[in-house]
Amino acid sequence: METYSFLRELADSWGLLAMTAMFLGIVVWVFRPGARKVQDDAANSIFRNDKRPAEADKPHQAKEA
Amino acid sequence: MWDYVKLIALGAIAVLAAIAANYARDLAYMVNAIEVMLVSAIAFVVVLRGTGDAKVANSGEYMDGLIRAGVALTAFWGVVGFLVGVVIASQLAWPWLNFEVLQGIGNFGRLRPLHTSAVIFAFGGTALITTSFYVVQRTSAARLFGGGLATFVFWGWQTVILLAATSYVLGGSQGKEYAEPAWHIDLLITVVWVAYLVVFAGTIMKRKEPHIYVANWFYLSFIITIAMLHLVNNMAIPVSIFGSQSVQVTSGVQDAMIQWWYGHNAVGFFLTAGFLGMMYYFVPKQAERPVFSYKLSIIHFWALIFLYIWAGPHHLHYTALPDWAGTLGMVFSIILWMPSWGGMINGLMTLSGAWDKLRTDPIIRMMVVSIGFYGMSTFEGPMMSIKAVNSLSHYTDWTIGHVHSGALGWNGMITFGALYFLTPRLWNRESLYSLKLVSWHFWLATIGIVLYASAMWVTGIMEGLMWREVDANGFLVNAFADTVAAKYPMYVVRALGGVMYLTGAIIMAYNLWMTVKAQPAKAPVNANNAIPAE
Repeated sequence: METYSFLRELADSWGLLAMTAMFLGIVVWVFRPGARKVQDDAANSIFRNDKRPAEADKPHQAKEA
Repeated sequence: MWDYVKLIALGAIAVLAAIAANYARDLAYMVNAIEVMLVSAIAFVVVLRGTGDAKVANSGEYMDGLIRAGVALTAFWGVVGFLVGVVIASQLAWPWLNFEVLQGIGNFGRLRPLHTSAVIFAFGGTALITTSFYVVQRTSAARLFGGGLATFVFWGWQTVILLAATSYVLGGSQGKEYAEPAWHIDLLITVVWVAYLVVFAGTIMKRKEPHIYVANWFYLSFIITIAMLHLVNNMAIPVSIFGSQSVQVTSGVQDAMIQWWYGHNAVGFFLTAGFLGMMYYFVPKQAERPVFSYKLSIIHFWALIFLYIWAGPHHLHYTALPDWAGTLGMVFSIILWMPSWGGMINGLMTLSGAWDKLRTDPIIRMMVVSIGFYGMSTFEGPMMSIKAVNSLSHYTDWTIGHVHSGALGWNGMITFGALYFLTPRLWNRESLYSLKLVSWHFWLATIGIVLYASAMWVTGIMEGLMWREVDANGFLVNAFADTVAAKYPMYVVRALGGVMYLTGAIIMAYNLWMTVKAQPAKAPVNANNAIPAE
């Protein structure tokens, strides 16, 4: 089989399936139990460390200076 | 030691550029070579003056000097880019503005790529580099990685802008839309871009926060995808090492497909993903509340990544491109409706509970309008990618209207919002010089966009219908020149919209300047940044 036909068939069969599965996997992962706590923390991370970098290993310490 | 290596390298580049200028086969290349020589000479002097100084590691501070320069340059390039836009819009309305003495330099054909690149790569690119450096430091709680490398990225990109702009007006273009720079500029872009990736990814890797904030995901995808697109679309062999001309490796329909795979993903990743990074940081910050749904933002991100890359073929409907490829592009463009609107809802709903700010804060108003235009243009785009609609809209001014509702509305407004957010903080000022002027900017820009977009809808659909009109015997009714004549009033309205948008940007530049010059500094004066204690 020539390269074009091979790639074409791979793309619209296994390739498509793999990508769809990966995407659905990510969506499921987002809704995993216990995710809310991590996500809330990430969403609020923009309100920390505004003035200067955090001390090593203590990102939450520099909350307000 | 490292300084001596830099000095030797810069000296060698300057000498080689001088040699290249001597042997140059065309004017654009010669001017570029002289510019490279001058830039490396300036860099040489800067490095030389710093040689022997003890290097301070400042890991307790953010690297904000570059960001201040970036804010100023973003405003500057914005005004320049909009000004060139107004000039070429006027040239279309009144062709005598293509002055005879300026033929070959200042005519529409030479200025048009100057305008598109000035707004996308100079204004947009500088805004993206600047805000990404700001955001990645704050959300990683770490100073930029790589020390002087960030300086190289920043000023390297400005050099790219300078080289490309002068090359375009002197005719050094490879004729690919939004990828016009000649091969030697493409090489510099590649080096700068790889360094950008190293600085950005390095900062993320040394972050002190456990999570990588979603804005950084968008910025990172923008950097990586642009690198890939740039390399593939610019595969070309120079005719001579001393000339601007090059020959593309691919040809015909393959070249066209690669070009629009590049072109559409430049829209998708440069003008969408990168600016979404801005949205996910600056909108929550200005609204002072976290993003509406962090879950939705992650899904928004991955859906864009999986879908956008396939949408390019919709630029080539009814051409030599195979039908299936066009259909694929169309289908993926339509599916993109969902993540785009998910992102829009996420941005808008971040204000839920804080909608009153719309009345008092013109900056948040600007950001909300920007998100609104994001939603509108990501609705219009998929609609225009449908083959039946495209048969009417393609090659007409409707496309130009669509691009500008996205670029002026979404990219422009969110950047203005970010600049208004950043300036008082970076220069440690209490507040902006004038909120009233922000309101003026807001209304001038919004009305300007509305005039622009509606003029282009009318003229686009009109010319599309005129082109396909046939009489009872099946002959075409209109000559091409008839459509040109009929478009005159709309072209005047479009130029007027552009003038209003430009005026708004000039007001912004004045306002930002006065914020730095005339506003009292916040106490205590602290060189670096400023967020009020909550």
